[in-house]
Amino acid sequence: MAHTYTPGLTVTPRTVVSKKRILPLSGTVLVEAGEAVTAATVVARAELPGKVHVVNLVNQLGILPEDLPDYMVTREGNRIQQGDVLAETKPFLKWFKTQVRSPITGTVETISTATGQVILREPPRPVELFAYLDGTVAEVLPGQGVQVETTCAFIQGIFGIGGETWGTLVMGVASPEEDVTAAHFTAAHAGKIVVGGAFVGAEALARARAVGVKGVVVGGMHDQDLRALLGYDLGVAITGTETVGFTLVLTEGFGRIPMARRTFELLRKLDGRKASISGATQIRAGVIRPEIIVPLAPDEQIQGIEAGQWGEARGGIKVGDPVRVIRAPFFGRIGQVVGLPSDLQMIPTESRVRVMEVQFTDGSRAVIPRANIEVIEG
Amino acid sequence: MTSDPRRPLRTIVATDCGSTTTKAILIERVGDEYRQTYRGEAPTTVEAPFEDVTRGVLNAIAEIEELSGRKILDGEKIITPSGASGDPKVGVDIYISTSSAGGGLQMMVAGVVQSMTAESAQRCALGAGAIVMDVLASNDGRLPHEKIERIRSLRPDMILLSGGTDGGTVTHVVEMAEYIAAAEPRPRLGMSYNLPLIYAGNKDARARISEILGKKTALTITENLRPVLERENLGPARAKIHDLFLEHVMAQAPGYKKLISWAGAPIMPTPAAVGLIMETVAKKQGINLIGVDIGGATTDVFSVFHGIFNRTVSANLGMSYSISNVLAEATLDNIMRWVPFSIDEQDLRNRIKNKMIRPTTVPQTLDELQIEQAIAREALRLALIHHKSLATGLKGVQQVRSISDVFEQTASGKTLVDMLKLDLIVGSGGILSHAPRRVQSFLMMVDAYEPLGFTELAVDSIFMMPHLGVLSTVNEQAATDVFVRDCLIHLGTCVAPIGQGARGARCADYTITFPSGRELVKGTLAFGEVRLFPLAVGEEATVAMAPARSVDLGAGKGVPVERRARGGVVGVMLDGRERPLQLPTQTDERVRALKHWHAALNLYPE
Repeated sequence: MAHTYTPGLTVTPRTVVSKKRILPLSGTVLVEAGEAVTAATVVARAELPGKVHVVNLVNQLGILPEDLPDYMVTREGNRIQQGDVLAETKPFLKWFKTQVRSPITGTVETISTATGQVILREPPRPVELFAYLDGTVAEVLPGQGVQVETTCAFIQGIFGIGGETWGTLVMGVASPEEDVTAAHFTAAHAGKIVVGGAFVGAEALARARAVGVKGVVVGGMHDQDLRALLGYDLGVAITGTETVGFTLVLTEGFGRIPMARRTFELLRKLDGRKASISGATQIRAGVIRPEIIVPLAPDEQIQGIEAGQWGEARGGIKVGDPVRVIRAPFFGRIGQVVGLPSDLQMIPTESRVRVMEVQFTDGSRAVIPRANIEVIEG
Repeated sequence: MTSDPRRPLRTIVATDCGSTTTKAILIERVGDEYRQTYRGEAPTTVEAPFEDVTRGVLNAIAEIEELSGRKILDGEKIITPSGASGDPKVGVDIYISTSSAGGGLQMMVAGVVQSMTAESAQRCALGAGAIVMDVLASNDGRLPHEKIERIRSLRPDMILLSGGTDGGTVTHVVEMAEYIAAAEPRPRLGMSYNLPLIYAGNKDARARISEILGKKTALTITENLRPVLERENLGPARAKIHDLFLEHVMAQAPGYKKLISWAGAPIMPTPAAVGLIMETVAKKQGINLIGVDIGGATTDVFSVFHGIFNRTVSANLGMSYSISNVLAEATLDNIMRWVPFSIDEQDLRNRIKNKMIRPTTVPQTLDELQIEQAIAREALRLALIHHKSLATGLKGVQQVRSISDVFEQTASGKTLVDMLKLDLIVGSGGILSHAPRRVQSFLMMVDAYEPLGFTELAVDSIFMMPHLGVLSTVNEQAATDVFVRDCLIHLGTCVAPIGQGARGARCADYTITFPSGRELVKGTLAFGEVRLFPLAVGEEATVAMAPARSVDLGAGKGVPVERRARGGVVGVMLDGRERPLQLPTQTDERVRALKHWHAALNLYPE
């Protein structure tokens, strides 16, 4: 019943991607099922309750909480403008009157006779939900959002930062082994998603931000540069809300690691096309990986990149499969499975694990724990 | 799916539905005792494409069926009771389960005074098995609108509100209720139901609280968890948390309604069940213990000292998803002090991040293993510091001081964790349970916790403590039988003198008398030295220590101590590495010392 699931990231020239676009709270859906949308189409809108302000009236008026209603000028639910009187004392002599005015424009939410404080709420803030993809509305979820579907080339990264964005995909380097440096980023890259090769460093990232790129897609980077970019040490792999000026997608991992050739070739064939990307990563139950989505015309095929299956759909690993090692001492090396012994084997740590024998491109061979490889599709 | 309650339980199937794996065990009565006999596991199926937790449960039980030859399932049903069809190899007497799938139980707690009612509420929620997302208090330093924004953005599964002693002022707790109402908090799962909120504060404020929160939340009122300053009453609120966990949170998760109908006892949050078995065992054996479960994302620490149970969860100290956070919190130098070689910082940082983004990989080389075990030491150490800060006596309580206490200015709220009075440390979680050599788990815990005097160590063999916790609610005897016989792998005893001295100077003289005529050993333990003496599982030796004048083994400086030490798969370790544990500050010297200790303990292959 159980089978070995070998992790693999999706890199495919053609698939159908369906995205649920859900409001953070109930609202209004603005599109209909079957409607064509672009990434920038607002598909739903909601009103976020306004910010709350607490005013302690009893302290300011010098009265007891239970007496507060007698001093109130407004009532619960009333609309108020900034500077309106909320409550006032009623002294015998008028010039001894104390008034408390509203610090905001909004509504009076509650008047508490227990604590003597009044809670005021600012007007609601509209929140708009974008389609994120060029595609069609496959389903409307009334009051909540929509499902947008598109036929596209689809690439998953291993790690990213920054949220959803879209723009034109451009190649920054000529080969997957080449580093993308500060010199590669020019003013022409403003608003674009730039594809690098093996590595991006701190200086190049600073330059990317300065020229105003929307996204960077690259094989690897150093953790120290990530820390410099974020301004803090990222402790837990939950990302997507960072605001560093652009969205960053790593396809391979940390360190200098050439981008998988198949990924690079597919991106090269998509040069100049509109792409939607997201850096959101969550590596726990309910895994979210960063992604690059390039919508295609209905009958369009990207030539020269074979469509492959991935993940569980391919039913485990076989002799002959191309793989990449994802842990030291062979981290980042690419090879082919030449043996899949079924018995547990002892590795140098003395752990007994399931292993595979891999032949690297230079002809050398190594025995590697199955947990430490990743299938390269196609 | 329970059998007749009057019929003794003979076969029990228990599952723990974790975030990634559902683990099933079969417990059978063998002669006069209960034993864990078979186990099976399968991926948890809470998420798409299955979205039904029972699929994973059935798969894990099917694996037990295959291994044991017992027929437990009839299609998609668990057959109860066993032997009803006349065949004793068909069915089980009860099915029970725990769950932490979907991120477990996530709570926000609120109180009035941070170090008093808010802290009691935090202890209550943690003890119930929750992850506490935030602790709000009137005096937590945040402005009202900041509190409200925080409540709104959190989206917990449940809120626990406490505050005020019975008969005391109601103003502050009502104020907290007003903030919660203004935030209009929404539950994490589902849009269509009100967020469960438990009120366990000043009973005089109940009417006000109902007025403010009755319509905006699914309000449950229970006894005050701090009725008077001097006493906590966490039981009723904890029970309510469990009820609401089942009624609201679990009921929202896919397939759980069916799972609840199968189970012969309420489904418990996994950490609550682990805490329960530890508490049961500690009380039954009259010992003080610390248990730790170090996972991929979090590290849970449980302690029972003098019968008082405490649990903490360090939400971002783990060995995969949150491994980078261990580096951030512990700092690179603290991790590197355990590594017997030098490594470039950039390389180490990249390695740790790569583990974070590919959490299922395993160390293939010895240096990778040593780095992971170094990180584990720091995660364990930090989690215990966190635990000590919360496992305390009640704060804000007046203490009666006698004349002899005048010079000992201990504040109220002192930690209950007393390493010298600690009897047993139980480790659990992949890095401890699956270390290639058991002595590695032993030393990781000794290095991280620095036990004092005589302390026994053990590891949970296959993480069955959750199953046994929930079993203890049905049959305590079965749970403790299995805990003692099958759950724990006894590692041995650490004997650690307290004191400092020059490396190589005499720390203590020792005499170890072994059972069954084995020749006794005598010698002198020097500062900076470790010695290991094999002593098999189930055996006990008498260890007599005559410490140097400045050294204490629990009876006072220089006072000889003689105690029984239990054996295990590692044996008895005499630890002369000073307490507090001292590592050389110079890199070369430190590496040399580490290698020396590792060799003395046969820690790693040559």
